[in-house]
Amino acid sequence: MSQPSETQGAWDPSYNFAFLDEQTKRMIRRAILKAVAIPGYQAPFASREMPMPYGWGTGGIQVTAGVIGPDDVLKVIDQGSDDTTNAISIRKFFVRTTGVRTTESTGDASIIQTRHRIPESPLREDQILVYQVPIPEPLRFLEPRETETRQMHALEDYGLMHVKLYEDIARHGHIATSYAYPVKVAGRYVMDPSPTPKFDNPKMDRCPALQLFGAGREKRIYAIPPYTEVKSLDFDDYPFELPTWDAACALCGDTHSFLDEVILDDAGGRMFVCSDTDHCRERRANGHVGPAAAAAPFETMSAAP
Amino acid sequence: MYVAVKGGEAAIENAHKLLAEERRGDTNVPELSLEQIKQQMSLAVDRVMTEGSLHDPDLAALAIKQARGDLVEAIFLLRAYRTTLPRLWETKPIDTGAMNIRRRISATYKDLPGGQVLGPTFDYTHRLLDFALAAEGGGDASLDADPAEPVVAPRVTELLAGEDLIEEAGAVPDKDAPGDLTREPMEFPADRDLRLQALARGDEGFLLALGYSTQRGYGRTHPFAGEIRMGAVEIEIDIDGIDGPVTIGEITVTECEMVNQFMGSKTEPPKFTRGYGLTFGFCERKAMAMALVDRALRGRDLGEEVDAPCHDEEFVLAHADNVEASGFVQHLKLPHYVDFQSELELVRKMRREIEQGRWSDGEEAHDVAAE
Repeated sequence: MSQPSETQGAWDPSYNFAFLDEQTKRMIRRAILKAVAIPGYQAPFASREMPMPYGWGTGGIQVTAGVIGPDDVLKVIDQGSDDTTNAISIRKFFVRTTGVRTTESTGDASIIQTRHRIPESPLREDQILVYQVPIPEPLRFLEPRETETRQMHALEDYGLMHVKLYEDIARHGHIATSYAYPVKVAGRYVMDPSPTPKFDNPKMDRCPALQLFGAGREKRIYAIPPYTEVKSLDFDDYPFELPTWDAACALCGDTHSFLDEVILDDAGGRMFVCSDTDHCRERRANGHVGPAAAAAPFETMSAAP
Repeated sequence: MYVAVKGGEAAIENAHKLLAEERRGDTNVPELSLEQIKQQMSLAVDRVMTEGSLHDPDLAALAIKQARGDLVEAIFLLRAYRTTLPRLWETKPIDTGAMNIRRRISATYKDLPGGQVLGPTFDYTHRLLDFALAAEGGGDASLDADPAEPVVAPRVTELLAGEDLIEEAGAVPDKDAPGDLTREPMEFPADRDLRLQALARGDEGFLLALGYSTQRGYGRTHPFAGEIRMGAVEIEIDIDGIDGPVTIGEITVTECEMVNQFMGSKTEPPKFTRGYGLTFGFCERKAMAMALVDRALRGRDLGEEVDAPCHDEEFVLAHADNVEASGFVQHLKLPHYVDFQSELELVRKMRREIEQGRWSDGEEAHDVAAE
């Protein structure tokens, strides 16, 4: 079983450390400090054009660039996996512009940039989790105008959101939001956790790690300081519930992690595997075996054609 | 089986190689030079500079070459480069009244000081494919006479202003310098300096459609093309210790001033109002569309009824930038399997509940919330 790869890259000196100039990084850090001081509040920042397209993580990349130092160890995941194309692209960008060490191991990383997932293993105080955020405004699909939603946040006027959740229950019997499920941070601001599945919402609550959220196109940074209360919105008689799977991970046999469904053929064949590839690797390294891995060694199955 | 998880890194590198090969095309055909692009695709260069917010024909030509002629991609390349450049100086506002005019037309006056100058326009060409251009060397064009010397002429709106029939051009905003949305995030409502900056960077197609909509009844502004002028203007800066501004170069710009009807209000007599468009190079369609949209966005300030899409500042300004729009639309290509998995589970759960008869027969069909 291979160990998580850890690599030291070479910093291309034609770019300033972490690509952005020092004034821009200072501007980003100021926005981060403001965001940390007001948990869940969306602090505007002068987002720069980055060499990746908007919507591909430019906010998260700028936040990471703002906080990263030469001694950091960086992990980048997309959909829980270190090997998705965009995660690879972002990791290579930081290797080229900072030369920092990178890792696939959640435990070894000091900064983890993520899209759509929170790692399964608990995070620590000395770690920062950076989320890539497409639409930072939790009220956006209820009210498209920024002038209105800023006022609603200022007045703590979240009635519209509660009506939406209530209507879900009235129509469907339960709250029909499975990802980007709204939370209330430190009892004050309603916040969009980014399009992470609601399965991950409890991991944000009182998390020892600093959680930073960057939305480049929408020019907003927000934060959850360590050990902050994060509550998924619900009702007393319809409490927040977590999704469950009937299956276990085909590779490591885990029944408590978020599972991706993999279509195997065109006859309805499918299997479920951990979305968090590092979590799955670690479990297998510790001797856990799922039903498919028992039939064939993982290494042969993972080889790309 | 289970091939999707690994192998991304090699795939990306191979895709980049393939892209480079496709960009080059058949190697038996000579490679495009930046000079050729600058000389023979100059309107593409102008558009990329305008929406890329950077006046540099060489870099714009490089971006067009690298982007295989995809102008929105080229604009993105130029913007991503621009973001790394330091701010050395602020120039003084350009004086388009002192422009060395290569083209200047007014639709409001038959003749006027300085005259009408058609310049290099498509306007009165017949759009018939010129097969002579398809033949090698068939595209040589030389004028029968030397082009006329550039003219300098007062702007049409200055002529109208003399009679107090048109509003003032608008004062420089009451702050140290005009706003810059690339340095401070835009807030709504936005002042006109920021609105104009956003429109100047905005996508030509988007502004064209919005401007067009104002002509078809969605927020009518009764426009006249008061003046369109294209030509060279000087770029000046102030330097400590030197009296008067110092000229550091010359750029070509296209300016459009729309003259629009205004019916008057309780405090203002009827007069004409202005919509303004300005681009690098020769981007006339963009300058005109920009002027229409600028005027429409002023409806609120002028106390007009504001109910059309072009009046809606948040709608217009938040969606005008093609680098933002292209990125976000295309990010849908990125994997979304975690969210999709969550939705899949939700849909299955809801269907299970229906099958189990949780809802009575009379219940109306409900669709699944999709985001």
